[in-house]
Amino acid sequence: MVHPQAVLGTRTLFSGQYIVEAENLLKTFGDFVAVNRISFQVATGKCYGILGPNGAGKTTTVRMVYGFSPMSGGRLKVFGLDISRDWRQIKFHIGVCQQENSLDPDLTVLQNLEIFARYFDMPKKEARKKAMELLDFIALKHRLNAPVTELSGGMMRRLVLARSLINTPDLLILDEPTTGLDPQSRHQIWDRLGELQGKGITILLTTHYMEEASRLCDRLIIIDHGLILVEGNPGELIRQYVGGNVIEIARPTGELRSFIQARQLPHEDLGHRLIVYCEDRGELYQRITRDFCKEGCVMRLATLEDVFLKLTGRELRE
Amino acid sequence: MTQGFRIKISRRFLRVWGRNLKVYRKSWKISFIPPFLEPLFYLIAFGVGLSALVGNIRYQGSDISYMSFIAPALIGVSIMYNSFFETTYASFVRMYYQKTFDAMLATPLSLEEVITGEIVWGATKSFIAAAIMMGVISFFGFIRFPEGLLILPLAVLGGIAFGSIGMFFTGIVANIEMFNLPVFLFITPMFLFSGTFFPLENLPQWAQKAATLFPLTHLVNLSRAFSFGQIHISLLWEIGYLLLFSLIFFPLALLKMQQRLIK
Repeated sequence: MVHPQAVLGTRTLFSGQYIVEAENLLKTFGDFVAVNRISFQVATGKCYGILGPNGAGKTTTVRMVYGFSPMSGGRLKVFGLDISRDWRQIKFHIGVCQQENSLDPDLTVLQNLEIFARYFDMPKKEARKKAMELLDFIALKHRLNAPVTELSGGMMRRLVLARSLINTPDLLILDEPTTGLDPQSRHQIWDRLGELQGKGITILLTTHYMEEASRLCDRLIIIDHGLILVEGNPGELIRQYVGGNVIEIARPTGELRSFIQARQLPHEDLGHRLIVYCEDRGELYQRITRDFCKEGCVMRLATLEDVFLKLTGRELRE
Repeated sequence: MTQGFRIKISRRFLRVWGRNLKVYRKSWKISFIPPFLEPLFYLIAFGVGLSALVGNIRYQGSDISYMSFIAPALIGVSIMYNSFFETTYASFVRMYYQKTFDAMLATPLSLEEVITGEIVWGATKSFIAAAIMMGVISFFGFIRFPEGLLILPLAVLGGIAFGSIGMFFTGIVANIEMFNLPVFLFITPMFLFSGTFFPLENLPQWAQKAATLFPLTHLVNLSRAFSFGQIHISLLWEIGYLLLFSLIFFPLALLKMQQRLIK
């Protein structure tokens, strides 16, 4: 297979509408059902998000997509090919950022990329060229001979991203790409991913950062206990499940509670905190602040996080 | 990947082997020291120190010096150590702590290729160690050439045998400390009772029989025969045993690693 000298994912191996087609995807570990017959399709050239709390089945799902875990049932096509049969051909065209740091600590920054390129059968010369381009892309060229053990967490993540691009993938799979990073590093990653999106790469992303999902995803599913709760684009989901605005009231009084209930406003009562969902442009907020609470009351735009918490609940997942 | 046990091996295992070679080459000067010094230490300690007490010993009907008796055995032991410790401790670190195998499995490599690459790399380390030790030992005149050169392919065969069983243990141990068990119960008894430091004939009959089950016994017999230039047809049995041992433990290692890593 010939790889054109494109830096980023501009190659088009596949021109169908959906790069990933999962149908009744099932994964069980003994009696435990990790992924419970879910179906979804990742559109070519788009970013598709899989959101869910810890243990929801996100990682298990993407592991099946990149051929790491065998499926327990269902059908899964990537690039229109069957993952069980054509796994090797598929894997040639996928880039994966795994959740756990799997950089090779025995090697330098540059060697990490070059050796990885060899796993994709890239000739040494081409591997070197591509590695240098990617180090440029992630702003790590000045550390190319450093052992990876000397890099900061943010640098390591960027290097993992670069490594996943070494084969000029058509599909980039990111499993919680910014978990544990500081805001600067997170924005760096997002900027780089934005650039890649501009070049038309397809991304399959798992995350539990709603800001990340809102920013990157064209379409997403929220899953929990191995089942899909909703699917849609971030804006639609917010409008559909939460509305335009959210008023949060700290230490609500009994009077306020009866007021909210009397007007049948959609809300969540957390005891010490009351959350009201509304399309209100300010009248309700003014009324509440005037009559019921002088302070500790804020109105803000509804976010994907509101949708997420509303659908998956607020209990801790451990 | 598909379910169940299906073997998917191509020449791609050489990519994994290449990765290990690259890392090895970064510190080859240090890696070369043990196989260089080890035979010297043993030959001085056992050969010079002990042979004053032992003198010559009888081996297969002829009198030979104690040093020339143990020298080929040291090569056999080193072949065993190099591949076994590579596919146990070193592979376990790569698999468990460094997540190196996880990263490889997100590429077109199959698990079988990763594991084969590791075992073949273990055999390569046996080969390198045997070659260096041969150089040192032939300096003392204990190896006859050209027959002695057969030790090199023997190192690869022995390396595959011990590398495979090492990888089998890597597939089943719960943590890295547990390697103490096979080392203490399998490797150490072999080191002592495989005709390495004294002829097996000195042992009671039952112990001699038991020793023929040890792969190291055959490895040492072969190494000694090649060093002495005593090539005869019965050596095929010894080679056959090492082949059989590899043919059993290589697929077992693949199976156990698949059960461990593919979830």
